Amino acid sequence: MNMIKVNRLKCAYCGACIGVCRFDANELIETWVEINDKCTECMACVRICPVGALEVENEN
Amino acid sequence: MKTDYDVIVIGAGPGGSMAARKCAEEGLDVLLIEKRQEIGSPVRCAEGVSKKGLQKFVNPQKKWIAAEIRGAKIYSPDGTEIVMSEEMAGSEVGYVLERKIFDRYLARLSARAGAEVLVKTRATGFERENDIMKVKMVHFGEQIDYTAKIIIGADGVESKVGRWAGIDTTLKLSEVESCVQYLLSGIELDPEYCLFYLGNNVAPGGYVWVFPKGEREANVGIGVLGSRVDRRPKEYLDEFIKKSYPGGKPVEMVVGGVPVKGEIETAVSDNVMLVGDAARHTDPITGGGIINAMEAGVYAGEVAGIAVEKGDYSAQTLSLYDEKWKSTIGKTIARNAILKDKFVTFTDDQLNSLAKALEGVKLEDLGVTELIRRIITKNPKLLWDIKDLFLKAR
Ligand SMILES: Cc1cc2nc3c(=O)[nH]c(=O)nc-3n(C[C@H](O)[C@H](O)[C@H](O)COP(=O)(O)OP(=O)(O)OC[C@H]3O[C@@H](n4cnc5c(N)ncnc54)[C@H](O)[C@@H]3O)c2cc1C
Ligand code: SF4
Ligand code: SF4
Repeated sequence: MNMIKVNRLKCAYCGACIGVCRFDANELIETWVEINDKCTECMACVRICPVGALEVENEN
Repeated sequence: MKTDYDVIVIGAGPGGSMAARKCAEEGLDVLLIEKRQEIGSPVRCAEGVSKKGLQKFVNPQKKWIAAEIRGAKIYSPDGTEIVMSEEMAGSEVGYVLERKIFDRYLARLSARAGAEVLVKTRATGFERENDIMKVKMVHFGEQIDYTAKIIIGADGVESKVGRWAGIDTTLKLSEVESCVQYLLSGIELDPEYCLFYLGNNVAPGGYVWVFPKGEREANVGIGVLGSRVDRRPKEYLDEFIKKSYPGGKPVEMVVGGVPVKGEIETAVSDNVMLVGDAARHTDPITGGGIINAMEAGVYAGEVAGIAVEKGDYSAQTLSLYDEKWKSTIGKTIARNAILKDKFVTFTDDQLNSLAKALEGVKLEDLGVTELIRRIITKNPKLLWDIKDLFLKAR
């Protein structure tokens, strides 16, 4: 299974990835991003992140 | 501790603070909550505002103005320069603010007017029970549920309030600029001019900006349209800086998304109003959203006052807020969304010929509308399909 992972050392908690998520699958909690199981791996957040803090990770 | 309010405002940016202040001035019981522990920090902004826009709402104060700007210079890909006076350069040129201090100042004004303020307090949802909103919040790690008649969602680009209320404000990738900025120190610059650089190799579907914050310092940043991102905006910006300001030292990094969606259908539902970035109130051409958020905040406060007096918080009553923002800031937002959709399709050659059409023209006394008219008269092909927006009597 694939998963979106947040690289917390790159993330600047700007909220752009939340604005583009159609599935209400992520949230900016003060200084970190959480992604929940509503995520469909649509990749919108990965593409918009200004600093490349989001990556797709293969769980297998 | 008081747990029941007329209005709870979610998010203490410029929009939320102005809304809370207006509510308090209208005599309402209002609570302003902010999930961060410090209002205004970290900054997500290039900090440019027009003087006129700002002065409509607050008296300018030295402690939060970093620089005063006389005008803007815009560079097309081949280096053709267009110079504009501050008055006509739009919503981002006039002052460069120190937003950490500015945002706190606005929050303080709302507190002084009578609003309660809670930081490190995050809204996580709400429930409606007999026309009363139960707002779920986490305050300093503790779950607290307060009630209110009206919720004002001023929760920025990452807004959830709209979603919870059934207003879809999701940004498509073509409706948001992906931005990175450094506060660059130790650079040579004209401290009185904001600079804008256009070009498909510089910033696809956006621009690079240089907003001076004093003699040798500037916010140097980039916005790239989400649907045009091939490389990270940070890579484009680093390249620009290496070329243009090789000695510059970054003393701060800013990251963010700027909505360029245009006018949303409605910013209200029962018991809820959305303000500022949450309602995608940023100008799609300039990316400026501070003043629009403040203006929308004031309208939302006014309408909250009316609704509480009537004892009616239905979407129908609150739609007066839609009327107010749509007939003011909404007009420019809607028009500039169309202009933006056109602008992002321009090739470098087209951008160059746009700039050539204006080169040498005395732009001091032209408004944006007049400017576009000039371009259309000189080079009708470029903006032909959107000419009616500007040539019709307005
Ligand atoms: C890189 C960049 C450059 C920009 N440059 C300019 C410029 O030069 N000029 C200009 O006019 N505009 C500029 N903007 C846009 C401007 O910053 C925004 O339009 C403006 O801040 C909007 O104000 P707001 O009050 O709507 O939202 P914000 O200022 O974003 O405030 C929203 C607040 O809500 C809080 N919040 C969110 N969710 C919750 C929750 N669940 N509970 C509690 N609190 C919550 C957030 O923490 C935040 O403090 C720029 C934006 C970016 C990203
Ligand atoms: S867009 Fe990137 S930097 Fe911004 S909050 Fe999301 S993961 Fe972090
Ligand atoms: S991949 Fe798509 S669904 Fe998953 S968090 Fe990102 S934007 Fe939302």
